[in-house]
Amino acid sequence: MIKFSQRQLRIPKLLRPVYLVTAGQSKFGRAMPDKRTEELCVDALTMAARLIDKTPAELKSYIHSCYYGHFADHFGDQLLGESVIHDRLGLDPLGNIGVKTGGATGGSTLWETVKAVASGYSDCALAMGWERMDEVPTDEGNHLISCAADKDWETPLGHIYTGYYAVMAQKYWQVFGKEEESFRRTLAEISVKHHGYARFNPYAHSPKKITVDDVLASPVVAYPLRALDCCLMSVGAACAIICDEDTAFELTKNTKNKPLRIFVAAGSHTLRPACRRDMDIPLLPNETADQYADLSERFPGVDRYPGFTGFLAARMAAYYGYGMAGVTDPMEDFDVLELHDAFTISDVQTYEDIGLRPYGYGRDYVESGDCYHTNPHTGKPGKLPSNLSGGLIGCMHAVGATGIMQTLEVASHIWNRWAELHEDEALWKAFGRQKPDDWTDLQVKGAKRGMAISHAGVGSHVTTTILMDPDHLLS
Amino acid sequence: MSKQGTVRVVNGRYKFSGEFHHATPNTPITNDDEGGKLVGVTNPRDMTYVHTYGGEAVFFEGLGKGILYGTRCDNPKCEFTGTQYIPFRIHCPDCLGRNTVVDFTKTCRTTATVHTFMVCERSGAFNVLDKPIKFINIEFEGVGTILMSYLSLGEPTIGMKVVPIFRTTDPTFTITDLSWVPEGADEGDLPDGFTFG
Repeated sequence: MIKFSQRQLRIPKLLRPVYLVTAGQSKFGRAMPDKRTEELCVDALTMAARLIDKTPAELKSYIHSCYYGHFADHFGDQLLGESVIHDRLGLDPLGNIGVKTGGATGGSTLWETVKAVASGYSDCALAMGWERMDEVPTDEGNHLISCAADKDWETPLGHIYTGYYAVMAQKYWQVFGKEEESFRRTLAEISVKHHGYARFNPYAHSPKKITVDDVLASPVVAYPLRALDCCLMSVGAACAIICDEDTAFELTKNTKNKPLRIFVAAGSHTLRPACRRDMDIPLLPNETADQYADLSERFPGVDRYPGFTGFLAARMAAYYGYGMAGVTDPMEDFDVLELHDAFTISDVQTYEDIGLRPYGYGRDYVESGDCYHTNPHTGKPGKLPSNLSGGLIGCMHAVGATGIMQTLEVASHIWNRWAELHEDEALWKAFGRQKPDDWTDLQVKGAKRGMAISHAGVGSHVTTTILMDPDHLLS
Repeated sequence: MSKQGTVRVVNGRYKFSGEFHHATPNTPITNDDEGGKLVGVTNPRDMTYVHTYGGEAVFFEGLGKGILYGTRCDNPKCEFTGTQYIPFRIHCPDCLGRNTVVDFTKTCRTTATVHTFMVCERSGAFNVLDKPIKFINIEFEGVGTILMSYLSLGEPTIGMKVVPIFRTTDPTFTITDLSWVPEGADEGDLPDGFTFG
């Protein structure tokens, strides 16, 4: 039984308002033999400077401390890779530190950066994340990723991380999904949606125009998950500039970027799913205890929480984050989301963990059309569009950069700059990519608030990054 | 002929003998799309890590003897005293007291049930298990946690009753020395080296 003290449930506070000022990213792809990682990081920082009409040197002159997200340094045989990047970015002798929390590394890097500014340590700080997993053969890559599991109790079992996650997918599939063909098709719809949105994103690694049947015909990885249900393994970098209020408004004066209030919270749960202990469901502001009283009757097999069907870390990150930002109902309070769709089924699990739908009913967020830019059932704007970047399935999963890329994506909607950042023919050409004839502007009109979820593996770490137009705060 | 590295502990320190790494030359990586232009080099690494099981050593040694150890918090001052753990936890996660090592072999033989499973067609480098790997997560009566392992016979289903088998011949002293088969399986059908203990 896990039990929390009231001190542990205290809602975190930032000591002063913190703002996202600008952000940038590189091109994302499966392999980039033509570029060193530092070149990708320079691309990202240069873009961040350009968005606020500054030269890289001008922007750098504001940066006071640096936070680097890079998860898998064992892939590159280079410890302290952060120091290499820091030097190449010309940011010595500023203080810098590396952050690594698996798939949540990008979000965790923002978490640390925001705290540095909130505390007053820095008025302007850099969050930069990157990853490259293209420099080992795939089977060795699978082994290296499996080293993020418990090395004595899990890694020797196949040296394949997908297997450690897939047991959770199987439980959800059978208990909440009831092994229904209709649910299997809903999962496939998520892949179609994310690969489809990636078609309009020049930075995206895997744009595809596919159908539900294409997903269902793709090779089985671990039943019911198929190849097109799974996220990408990408190379790339992303960065964000985080500031206090005075610096934020100074840096953005007479630019298109409005400083956005940023709140980041984090949760965790055991690295080893085997060690999950039973507990009561922690409730979000839009839930009541009685709504789960008969959960096991509605879904036979639900005998534990979080068991293997939920992510406690995501639930706690939402609990802390919503409390900090004053969110009482995520479906009403947010306009756009970027979720960590490592697998189609974990995307559905997350809808429940963060309160978009109650436990057991995550699929409805897709089936209702709420998750789309344009609801396919009504032709009207989706109620709360998610993963318009293409997400991890269509855009990228360059682990240390992912949570930062998601944050840039959300910000681009609130800045009302989505079209500008995605439609430029020259950018498509520079990346060697063909802009589709049916390119569509996915700007969420009037977006004022959004959230990005960054998630590690079987749910060991999760962060919520909440962005708000400062004139549309909730509390 | 090089001798594979081995390690013993003598006078409280690791004593290494044999070879733990092999130096292999780098090779160039060239770009065939651009007339063989140099892109980079390979960095071969062949080395052996050394690792202690510490307080869990008794568990891994027990598998080769057909014993499945878990642990229990017996601290009377702990709010959750009496909680039992498989996988083995050296310390209680609540009070951080040292747990008592308990032989759970009988409990596992009589109460093990598949909580969830996955059949995995792929593996990573260094895998030694036969594919497809049938991952199973097993719950036990009176135990607070759920063990990850693999099924050696039959097809897994949720709720399936299983019993442990142990690599008692030439154990590897890793978690792969423990596997599971459906209740009622015949000893003659077990994989080479495995017994019911």
